[in-house]
Amino acid sequence: MAKTLTQEFVKGLWEEIPPFKLVLGLCPVLAVTRSVENGIGMGIATTFVLVCSNMLISMLRNIIPQKIRIACFITIIATFVTVVEFLMQAYTYPLYLKLGIFIPLIVVNCIVLGRAEAFACKNDVAHSLADGLGIGLGFTLSLAVLGTFREVLGAGTFLGHSVFGDVFQPFTFMVEAPGAFIGLGILLCLMNIASSK
Amino acid sequence: MTEYIMLAVSCIFVNNIMLTQNLGACPFLGTSKSMDTAVGMGMAVIFVLVMAGITTWVVEAAVLKPLDLQFLRTVSFILIIASLVQFVEMFLKKSMPSLYAGLGIFLPLITTNCAVMGVCLININEEYTFMQALVSSFCYATGFALALVLFAGVRERVILARVPRPLQDTSIGLITAGFIALAFFGFKGMG
Repeated sequence: MAKTLTQEFVKGLWEEIPPFKLVLGLCPVLAVTRSVENGIGMGIATTFVLVCSNMLISMLRNIIPQKIRIACFITIIATFVTVVEFLMQAYTYPLYLKLGIFIPLIVVNCIVLGRAEAFACKNDVAHSLADGLGIGLGFTLSLAVLGTFREVLGAGTFLGHSVFGDVFQPFTFMVEAPGAFIGLGILLCLMNIASSK
Repeated sequence: MTEYIMLAVSCIFVNNIMLTQNLGACPFLGTSKSMDTAVGMGMAVIFVLVMAGITTWVVEAAVLKPLDLQFLRTVSFILIIASLVQFVEMFLKKSMPSLYAGLGIFLPLITTNCAVMGVCLININEEYTFMQALVSSFCYATGFALALVLFAGVRERVILARVPRPLQDTSIGLITAGFIALAFFGFKGMG
């Protein structure tokens, strides 16, 4: 393994930042970024699942039979998703209600399964932890940026505080479904410009 | 009867699973580059979603609820969907090879389509009866197929246009999808 732990961690923040560089796990990105708060909450929940499942899968990588590995991965991931669901229900109930159906849907987020298949089942526990944490934080960052973009334009607020005062007329469609596609498309375009230089 | 028609309109247009609820974005962008793959994926989703909707509803009503095991919902639903997809694939391969050749590669992809899992969870959360769950599964899937085919049609045209370099591929795809979603946004407030 040529890469150090730091390199594995940092690559998730720019080089392979989801969902821009790895176009995976788009559904939660589009659906929960109505506000910054929702975006960050979803990002942290996904990071938790990603780190735990990466570590456990990495520990069990020599025991899990090759042929049924996907089913094993899914079961492990689903277990951690259930844990997150209960933790959020207990400690952050208002956020739990806002994210609703998207918390159980972390289980079908391709990023989590993608990292298990592409990374955790081939590397040791420490590297898998660094990878999970890096990709998870990169995902949280993307959600926060897209959430900011949409909340500021669509509602004129940031984390619930008014940004522009009363003169600003918000573009309401930005916080609805069409705004999600257009916002992500524009951010992806900006990413392409930034990385082509 | 009117109740079911209302539900159908609501699931296909007003609450379109892809364009207003943002579920199933990965296959939506991945398989919409040509009309053939879009139609194949749409059919496969309708087929699997109806079966998954019925199965998960029955499991919830017959097993999880009476035994008070609802905390196992996420785990059991994903396993049901995954094994159902596998089973459907084997069954089609054996008995309907022509349909299998058509749906082929799209079937395994459906396991990680969040629209399938999402609709199963919506059916439970809305406390639908068996018939309502059946209608809603079918109509949500039809709505998904409709959105996919519409989007593929537009995308085939976009390929012919000159798109600025940084906007190419996924980026312009997302913006196009945004405009289609804007059209569907007009249904809001109906039904």
